[in-house]
Amino acid sequence: MATVSHTQTYRRKSWGAVFFILPLLILVVIGFDIPIVTIFNYSISSADGYSLDNFYELVTTPVFAKVALNTLRITVMTTVIVAIAGYILAYWISTLPKTGRMIALALVVLPFWISVLVRTYAWIVVLGNAGIVNKTLQSLGLTAAPISFLYNDLGVTIGMANIQLPLLVLPLYAALIRVDQRHMQAAASLGASKRVIFWRVFFPQTLKAYLAGIMLVTIVSIGFYITPAILGGGRVPMMSNVIETYINTVPRWELASAIAVILLFVTLGLFAIYRRLENRTGDEL
Amino acid sequence: MSDIRLSKIRKDYGIFTAVADVDLHVVNGEFLTILGPSGSGKTTLLALIAGLSGPTGGQMHIGSQDVTYTPPQGRNIGLVFQSYALFPHMTVAENVAFPLEVRKWSRSKKDEAVGRVLQMMQLGALSSRKPSQLSGGQQQRVALARAIVFQPNILLLDEPLGALDKKLREELQVELKQLQRRLGITTLLVTHDQEEALSMGDRVMILNEGKVQQIATPEIAYLQPANRFVAEFLGTANIVSVSDGSSRKGILRPERLLLRTSAGTNKGVATVVSDLVYLGQTVRYYLSAADGTSFIAVRPFVGPKFALGSAVNVSWTEEDVWPID
Ligand SMILES: Nc1ncnc2c1ncn2[C@@H]1O[C@H](COP(=O)(O)OP(=O)(O)O)[C@@H](O)[C@H]1O
Ligand SMILES: [Mg+2]
Repeated sequence: MATVSHTQTYRRKSWGAVFFILPLLILVVIGFDIPIVTIFNYSISSADGYSLDNFYELVTTPVFAKVALNTLRITVMTTVIVAIAGYILAYWISTLPKTGRMIALALVVLPFWISVLVRTYAWIVVLGNAGIVNKTLQSLGLTAAPISFLYNDLGVTIGMANIQLPLLVLPLYAALIRVDQRHMQAAASLGASKRVIFWRVFFPQTLKAYLAGIMLVTIVSIGFYITPAILGGGRVPMMSNVIETYINTVPRWELASAIAVILLFVTLGLFAIYRRLENRTGDEL
Repeated sequence: MSDIRLSKIRKDYGIFTAVADVDLHVVNGEFLTILGPSGSGKTTLLALIAGLSGPTGGQMHIGSQDVTYTPPQGRNIGLVFQSYALFPHMTVAENVAFPLEVRKWSRSKKDEAVGRVLQMMQLGALSSRKPSQLSGGQQQRVALARAIVFQPNILLLDEPLGALDKKLREELQVELKQLQRRLGITTLLVTHDQEEALSMGDRVMILNEGKVQQIATPEIAYLQPANRFVAEFLGTANIVSVSDGSSRKGILRPERLLLRTSAGTNKGVATVVSDLVYLGQTVRYYLSAADGTSFIAVRPFVGPKFALGSAVNVSWTEEDVWPID
């Protein structure tokens, strides 16, 4: 009997909650769901009713293939750099004493509070032809002419990697410090060398969090807009930059919508993998 | 198989001394239990012997080899952690095979050894499970299997049965003792349970605040404790005056006290039963004398009983008193 009355109280309470979240629901529907449906609608609309003509036109445009390749290349490069640098950084932080950890983590988190736009422009100051890096290289006599870091793959990748790094480092760090130090001691007492302990005992226990973090970086990279726009200077357009072109410059909203839909599905696919990995990460630790 | 020799081994953490100048010689094949309250330095001492932490003073030999600064990889010691420390991402068989893999044993030798140990520890059916799918007792067995599979010279066990319930613990105590005899391996077992220390060890070492209090056979430690701490840590101790004319005190174990109803005798100290507890096979009496002294006596459940509040005379033979301090 008690169970029944409990359920009823619970239900009454949850109806109360609906009242409070209703404004938010309306906002989400109007501001988010309706636009998405509209974009879908645009993407499959053509002169003679609904069809996949827009998608066909898109994939047969040579520019599209080039942009898709750009997006893939930049995403992979960014992800690889973040994956390698991120693990090393997170591992290094986890070996620091307490205060050191706090300072290092603060330095990793700090850029989160600075606008992506500002951080991206800062890279122009650093990497430009008259930037700090080139000036230093030249004054040291290492290079004669300035190296062009900007308006190419390199600049875009550096800028994006910088912005994505905390996305991997923070969850990875959390996973690294969760690994029981006694496992490493046990492995040492069982005769394992430092290298074997790392690869056979430590790393596998962090692998799932690592892969989940890498997926997250991939997902965010694939739809990146600001950094390729600024540091690529229009020479390394990615998918989201083309969306902008099709809206503001050309303008062909139905093609822009088709790209948006493609991006959405790719992202959803990656996100599904990410959720899988993340759920399994919890299990075995 | 090897003996272990510690001379003046110490471990300081800043101004705090966790292990203070321990001298110890464990002979080949011996089973030594290390007993002490929580924080007395038991784990620290095992970690020093295993090489997981370096001593801040003293020397350590295993066999004829000076291992004072040898890393754990070079010591060939099997260690079972208090928390088992099983690798969560490996199956039971993979955990047990790990020390053989790092020693680069051949596939066939490895499989054979793992199979044999798993069978010996009754883990054959569980070999493809992950540690998270095992009960506490099973995990304990896996940890033990992993620690002996590579035929170490020495086995170190840090409260291996501490996390298990009483019945299982008693079963495993017997198993562990039999296993140790069969392998003939020099073994150090840490525990904070005095019964476990006394029942399992050939000798028992009692630690307090990082200092050795006594190293002796269980009988000697129980009946002839080196000091009051040992006397009280190893069980209930009645403190009585030694009747040699000095002002020295001695200890008397509760089962050594003789109890008679006061009506039938005037020998011994007249007391009143202030409390009594039935412990199954025995009854524990709390007795108070008129001058404020109190005694604790343990009597078999069968035999004469004394009711709460009844007058009882307590006596003992002088040889049963062990002088301390
Ligand atoms: N790394 C350390 N730094 C400082 N103190 C420590 C450290 N490890 C252990 N200790 C201290 O040493 C003492 C003995 O610890 P331990 O050997 O774990 O005791 P036991 O195993 O007997 O319970 C404790 O007071 C503990 O706080
Ligand atoms: Mg301990």
